[in-house]
Amino acid sequence: MIYADNAATTKMSETAINAMLPYMNEIYGNPSSLYSFGQQAKEELEKARTRVAACLGCDPKEITFTSGGSEADNQAIFTAAKYGERKGKKHIISTAFEHHAVLHTLERLKKQGFEITLLDVHKNGVIDPSQVAEAIREDTCLVTIMYANNEIGTIQPIEEIGKICREKNVLFHTDAVQAAGHLHINVKEQNIDMLSLSAHKFHGPKGIGVLYAKRGIILDTLINGGAQERGKRAGTENLPAIMGMAAALEEACAGIDNYSEKLTALRDRLIEGLDKIPYGELNGDREKRLPGNVNFCFEGIEGESLLLLLDDKGICASSGSACTSGSLDPSHVLLAIGRPHEVAHGSLRLTIGEDTTEEDIDYMIEAVTEVVTYLRNMSPFWRDLTTGKRTHVFAK
Amino acid sequence: MALYSDKVMDHFRNPRNVGVIEDADGVGEAGNPVCGDIMKIYLKIDNDTISDVKFETFGCGSAIASSSMATELIKGKPVEEAASLTNKAVTEALDGLPAHKLHCSVLAEEAIRAALKDYYDRHGIAYDENRFAAAIDCAHCHDAMPN
Repeated sequence: MIYADNAATTKMSETAINAMLPYMNEIYGNPSSLYSFGQQAKEELEKARTRVAACLGCDPKEITFTSGGSEADNQAIFTAAKYGERKGKKHIISTAFEHHAVLHTLERLKKQGFEITLLDVHKNGVIDPSQVAEAIREDTCLVTIMYANNEIGTIQPIEEIGKICREKNVLFHTDAVQAAGHLHINVKEQNIDMLSLSAHKFHGPKGIGVLYAKRGIILDTLINGGAQERGKRAGTENLPAIMGMAAALEEACAGIDNYSEKLTALRDRLIEGLDKIPYGELNGDREKRLPGNVNFCFEGIEGESLLLLLDDKGICASSGSACTSGSLDPSHVLLAIGRPHEVAHGSLRLTIGEDTTEEDIDYMIEAVTEVVTYLRNMSPFWRDLTTGKRTHVFAK
Repeated sequence: MALYSDKVMDHFRNPRNVGVIEDADGVGEAGNPVCGDIMKIYLKIDNDTISDVKFETFGCGSAIASSSMATELIKGKPVEEAASLTNKAVTEALDGLPAHKLHCSVLAEEAIRAALKDYYDRHGIAYDENRFAAAIDCAHCHDAMPN
């Protein structure tokens, strides 16, 4: 099997697994317990917090453990909204291709009277910082823009965006779920006020994440109860997962440069190979993209049937077609970069990882080419395109 | 737990009757590219019987499987029987489809009916207009979707 869906989730690293094990049956005390056995767990928890903070370039007090990226996104946005509401500032800036954890939270705020500006992400899927500067108003309380897009992998100029937000005194949150462990992060240097990440995207366990919030930002609580996480996130801490996450993040961050170089070469080989398929096009900027992300649209075919046939060939991939999303519309990300519906239905995302080899890349090129050709041969839509009854979207 | 029944996967992996009939007696199409599925049915009719049928489909796994199964269900059958094919019959023959994929079977029913209408029109055969109302767009997609 070739696992090419690392943007969905990753295989846990041995380091992360081993880091978790002692906290299941040895140091299993509750960090909130008074006796020394519980306090031992508390100590380990705080050590993990310090290690995570070191990877992000912040203070341990600025780290809150959450159940994952979605919770962190929700908490960050609701926190900024609460600040804004108090000051009569009810305008939020984001982009049209954020993760649903951000977009659906913003929709909720819209119902509560907030005004949301979604910036255009252009054909290449990259924001220009000047758009943010132009969109900021007197009543803007938050700018939330993802570090890297989960579908097309494009990387946003967050440092510049953060700088603009600082100058204008507006809170800046970034959903770094796809970036953490894959791209360098330093919240101080990058002018980030709040940042979300999720462990399972960098070979850590599922169900655990982080919300970084700059000192001085008092988080709004989503989950009420005990005084864990300085009263900002109730519930007994998931210590095994937290230990696994800390280990995975350290490991990933230490290896970023090597990993990035190796993966970029493999990614480019895959892009070049798939680019030979006629009437297909890469989605998102060619350069400003995650080292492991490849995303194409092919005319005349539908993504779900493509995925099923690739599955038969042992390839795990994903698509932004309506049939795979379980909704009527294809991926909002592909629509945001201007892909028409009929083309967006024929999308394929391959996200490679550390285990991917050159042979895997060549096999995937061969398999995708074969399956696309096969599906086109039975597609009346493709027939119409080749006979000129319908017009191609792509030039070649 | 698989997404589809074994029957759906079988018809998806080994679709029956794929292709084109150049001298078809009736050709019909349903769906559109914006919604992500189009089915085209080609019929050869002799002595009021579907002597041959071929299909081309652009769509998801269940759309391809539905087309394949629908062609199998009408092949060799009297025209009248083919005209009465329901999406329910297609779905049942496939051992069921997920709720949000039911519209694929509707598409198969509509494409067949459109091909028969084309056959009637070409041969000047009278038919009940209501029964063969053209499937203009895929409003049924929306009806078939769970909320």
